[in-house]
Formats: sequence, structure tokens, C-alpha cells
Amino acid sequence: MNDMNHDSYVTPDGRTIGPVMMEVQNITLRFGGVVAIKDISFDIREGEIRAIIGPNGAGKSSMLNVINGFYHPQEGGIYFRGEKRGPMKPYQIAQQGIARTFQNIALFKGMSTLDNIMTGRFTHMKAPVWKQALWHGEAEREEIENREVVEKIIDFLEIQAIRKTPVGRLPYGLQKRVELGRALAAEPKLLLLDEPMAGMNVEEKEDMSRFILDVNDEFGTTIALIEHDMGVVMDISDRVVVLDYGRKIGDGTPAEVIANPEVIDAYLGVSHD
Amino acid sequence: MLYREAGDYKTSYTDDAQTFPIKLDRWWYYAVVFVAFCIVPFVLTDYTVNAIMLPFLIFAIAALGLNILTGYCGQVSLGTGGFMAVGAYATYKLMTAFPDLNIFFIVILSGLITAIVGVLFGLPSLRIKGFYLAVATLAAQFFLVWLFNKVPWFYNNSASGQISAPERTIFGQAVTGPNAEPWVAYLFCLIFVFTLAWLTRNLTRGRIGRSWMAIRDMDIAAEIIGVNPLRTKLSAFAVSSFFIGISGSLFFAVYLGAAEVGEAFGIQKSFLVLFMVIIGGLGSIFGAFAGAAFMVLLPVFLKIFFVDTLGWPTDIAAHINFLIAGGLIVFFLIVEPHGLAALWRTVKEKLRLWPFPH
Ligand SMILES: Nc1ncnc2c1ncn2[C@@H]1O[C@H](COP(=O)(O)OP(=O)(O)OP(=O)(O)O)[C@@H](O)[C@H]1O
Ligand SMILES: [Mg+2]
Repeated sequence: MNDMNHDSYVTPDGRTIGPVMMEVQNITLRFGGVVAIKDISFDIREGEIRAIIGPNGAGKSSMLNVINGFYHPQEGGIYFRGEKRGPMKPYQIAQQGIARTFQNIALFKGMSTLDNIMTGRFTHMKAPVWKQALWHGEAEREEIENREVVEKIIDFLEIQAIRKTPVGRLPYGLQKRVELGRALAAEPKLLLLDEPMAGMNVEEKEDMSRFILDVNDEFGTTIALIEHDMGVVMDISDRVVVLDYGRKIGDGTPAEVIANPEVIDAYLGVSHD
Repeated sequence: MLYREAGDYKTSYTDDAQTFPIKLDRWWYYAVVFVAFCIVPFVLTDYTVNAIMLPFLIFAIAALGLNILTGYCGQVSLGTGGFMAVGAYATYKLMTAFPDLNIFFIVILSGLITAIVGVLFGLPSLRIKGFYLAVATLAAQFFLVWLFNKVPWFYNNSASGQISAPERTIFGQAVTGPNAEPWVAYLFCLIFVFTLAWLTRNLTRGRIGRSWMAIRDMDIAAEIIGVNPLRTKLSAFAVSSFFIGISGSLFFAVYLGAAEVGEAFGIQKSFLVLFMVIIGGLGSIFGAFAGAAFMVLLPVFLKIFFVDTLGWPTDIAAHINFLIAGGLIVFFLIVEPHGLAALWRTVKEKLRLWPFPH
């Protein structure tokens, strides 16, 4: 790593962006003959909002799946806070402080909003099973402490009214919000969001953008998000990676990226939804 | 109003998380516990204990156990009969090897042994799901029955191939064996039922219960919040088998007194308990009790009505039993996967607002 990676800088809106938190190096991922990701490298800095954009099938979701351990790339490596990551299972990566949401909502359908978000506290709860079984001191105390944290998230996301509702009954936009809540409950260092605003109307998108900015601002959470809406990307992200057909074709500030001819070609030449 | 929560405000998270948040439910619960412990033992007859109470209590434990595995953790099992057999044979071996060991501890040890066996047979659940897992547990069922039949060590080389429970006492009262009084057998089982139901409640409302349900509802999402799938599934197999082992232990030692494995713990038992869980309601403690009560009482009522009152032959009553149970399974699987418990909840929701529906 060069020296620049250790520098911090202050954004025009006054947020401090720290040194590199995660470095993705020369990742190649193949499914049989299909090359989903081809020799991609980029980094994510502490405290920044990093967008990943690109046409359909560009390999964006696959990239998140590599980062949180669902896919194992054939080549390349990932450095988290300076250390090369060995082969890890998704739950171990979660324990390192990386949380995410999915492109297609992946909530626990049979559980209430509250229980979904409480489940997000999993890695913060330590009472042994026998104490849970007896609802003994530590287990009960831990349950209440974590409930308090969850209630703050519920207030923050303004979903108090649906606290006890089974999530399967909620409209799409609220489900996306609950899924964000579940990821936030883990108090992640790095939060990965796969199209958090897909399928939302303008108002819902504005709410979601505000939540993302607030999470970043209030909790200092580093965020990497995939988004198709260029307006949103321009508004909220500090830096953007552009993928096309599994290759990286652009990387920089939003203004740099939209001025990049290759990016313009990719977006004009490929139809997307 | 018959049933209300209006005006029943919660001022702390402890209150909000309690088992019966509505006052009237709590009173009902206290009343049922009081009647079960302090009144029923005095009014029992041999017939009610053997035909209704003991099978109900013992199968309620098995249904609670299977509900943890299938209802809460989403892992289908057809091995319940086999795991009950493990509990029964563990009890037999322990009773005969350690005549001085208290029967209470023997039952618990049998549960622990069954938990270990359950974990071994749960190992494939990391790789296989749904239908295939059901087939694997079915194989466990047949293997276990075969094992207890084939290896004479398990039945101490007895000529009949049967196992039978010698007399064991607690506080001077016989709990097992021919001299056990009905009320003693009943109370002994009731204590297990009460304690295990309470443990189930605690486990399912806390961290481990949420991790079971997370694996059931969406395993990849469970993983990304830090849930280890193998450990979580195996913990469900362990707890579930612990319950089922205790149930098998009581079924053999307290209820049957003597047993032959294929007859007492065959595949029919696996289906019986599964039906209890489906009819009662997957993922509900109340459902495990409702399902067990239903499946135990149904043949009793059918016999009273068709055989004793109308004078029909017994086998017709038995067939009607199958028809009703089968029909209900299909009904619940299609219309209401959460079983009697969900129907009961709907009734309560209606009553809650009565007479002012909005
Ligand atoms: N599990 C898989 N098995 C086989 N091929 C896969 C798998 N996952 C992704 N791919 C392929 O990898 C390529 C990239 O897919 P990916 O889902 O990462 O795209 P994306 O950029 O997220 O697209 P979208 O905007 O549509 O979500 C596609 O060609 C896809 O078919
Ligand atoms: Mg995608």
C-alpha cells in the first residue's frame, strides 16, 4: 500500500474520510465458463459512502457476495484493515463487523419486525444456552439491553408502528427498511447495501437516502452500496466504482466518473431497466 | 368485554417480553397450572390416567421436542419414534445397570444420551434440506429400531426380546413398575412437562430461538448476521432429541412398563408426533399441547361414540380416526400451516375487540 492510503481527508460537507478499510485486489470470479468478475481491484475507505454501479449483469452483486464470503473467487485477495483475509465463512465475516442487505429482500418472514431486528443483534449477545433456557440473570439482562438498542434503531427508521407486525405482511418499501434495520442492529463497521432503493417511489427513495446519509454521519458507518439511480448516486456517494461485463471501467468521484468516456459508452450502449 | 388488552399498558421491556402479556391469559395459565397440580391428582382414575392423561403428557413432551426442530428450526424429521426408542433403551440400560440411581436422574440422563444420538443424525442437515433430510431421518428411524432388535445387549439378552421396567421409587412412592399409583405416575410426568414447556418458552423467546427461526425462514440471511448454520441446526437437533428422549423414557418406564421396540417405537410414532405438531401448529408451544391433546382424545371419543354408544365394531372406529386425522392434516397443511394454535389466535383477536369491532 502506498502512503496515500493512510491519509485522511475532509469532504466538502465536513465529514472526515479515513484511511483504506478494505482493499479488494485483482479479484476474478468464474462460474463454469461465465466470468462474472474479471481482475477487479478497488478500495473502500473508513467512513466513506462508496457506490458500485454498472448495467445489469455487470457483476455488482457478485462483488458483494465475494466480500461477505458467499462466493469464493478463483483469483485475488481481500485485505480488511490491512490484513489479508484467509478463507472464511459468511458468518465469520459477519462477526468481523460486515453486514449487508440483499437485492431481493431476505427477511425472516415468520418473525415480527422487532424479532427480525433483534436477530441482527446476534453477534452482540453472549449468554450461554443454559442461562437462556433458565432465563437466568445474564440472559434476561442481555435481552433487555439489546432490546433497548433495537428500539433506538426502530425510532431512527421511524417504524415504531409496525414493531409487532409479521414482516411478511408489510409493503415492499417497509420491508426494505426493516432489512436495513436488521443490518444496522449488528452495528457493522462496513455496511453493504445491494440496491436499497430498487422498486421504490421518489418519496421512499428520499427517505432511504436520508437514512443512509444519517447512518454514515451519526454512527460513522462505512457504506458500500449498489444503486442504479444515477441521481441518488451523485447525491450521496463520495466515490464510485463502475463495472461493466465483469470489468472495472471507472473509479473516482461522481463528477469524474460521469465525465469518463468509457462509462458514457457503457451506459448508452447497454440497455438496462 | 370477555377478553381484553385495552388498558393493559406495558411500561418496561421486561413486561413487554413476558410470556402472557395479557392479564386474562396469565390468569388462565395460573388456573390451569393450579388445577393440573392440585386438583387433577385427586380425581384421577386408572382409566383416565392410562387412556388420557399419561399419553397426553408424554406425547406433549415429544411434540414440544419435534416442534423445536421442525416448527422453530425448519428441519423436518421422521425419526421421532427412533429417538424415543433411544430414550427408552437408555432408561432400561441405566435402570438395570444402576439399580440405586434415582429414576428422576435416569430420565434426564436418557434425554442427554438421546441428545447426543440426535446430534449425530443431525449432521447431514448441513448439506441436505427438506424432503431429503426427511428421508435421512426416516433412515435413522429404521436403523435405530433395527439396532435395538438385533443387538441383544440392548435388551440384556432377555428371551422375549422385550425390555421391562423394574420398580423404582421416589420418596417411598413407586413411580415405575406394577405398583405405581396413578396419581404418582401422573405427577411425575407432569413435573417434566411443566419444566420442559417452561424451558422451551425461554429458549424460543431468546437468542437461540431467534437463530433457529432465522435458519428456518432464510438461511443465507441468518448467516450474514453471524449465525453459524451447522451449530444452530445441531443445537436444535440436540434440544429436540433431549425432549424426545425424555418422552421415550417416560413412555417406556412409566406408561408401558414393558416394550418391544418395533411395536412401541415404530414409524407410526414418528407420524403420530408429526401429526400432533402439524395439527397443533408449527412453531407454537400451545400448539404442541393442543395437537397432543387432540390426537390422544380423538380415538377415545370415537370409541365412546361409535363403539360404546352405537355398538359399531372397533376397527371401523379406528378407520374413522385415520380419516379424520388425515383430512385434518391436509386441511391444515393447505389452509392453516400454523394449526389449531392459529385458529385459537384468530378467535382471540376477534374476542379482544368484541363487542366493538373496528
Ligand atoms: N451463482 C451463480 N451461478 C452462475 N452464474 C452467476 C451466479 N451469480 C451470478 N452469476 C452470473 O454473474 C454475472 C454477474 O451477475 P450479478 O448478479 O453479479 O450482476 P449485477 O451487476 O448484480 O446485475 P443486476 O444489476 O441485474 O443485479 C451474470 O452473468 C450472472 O448470470
Ligand atoms: Mg445485482
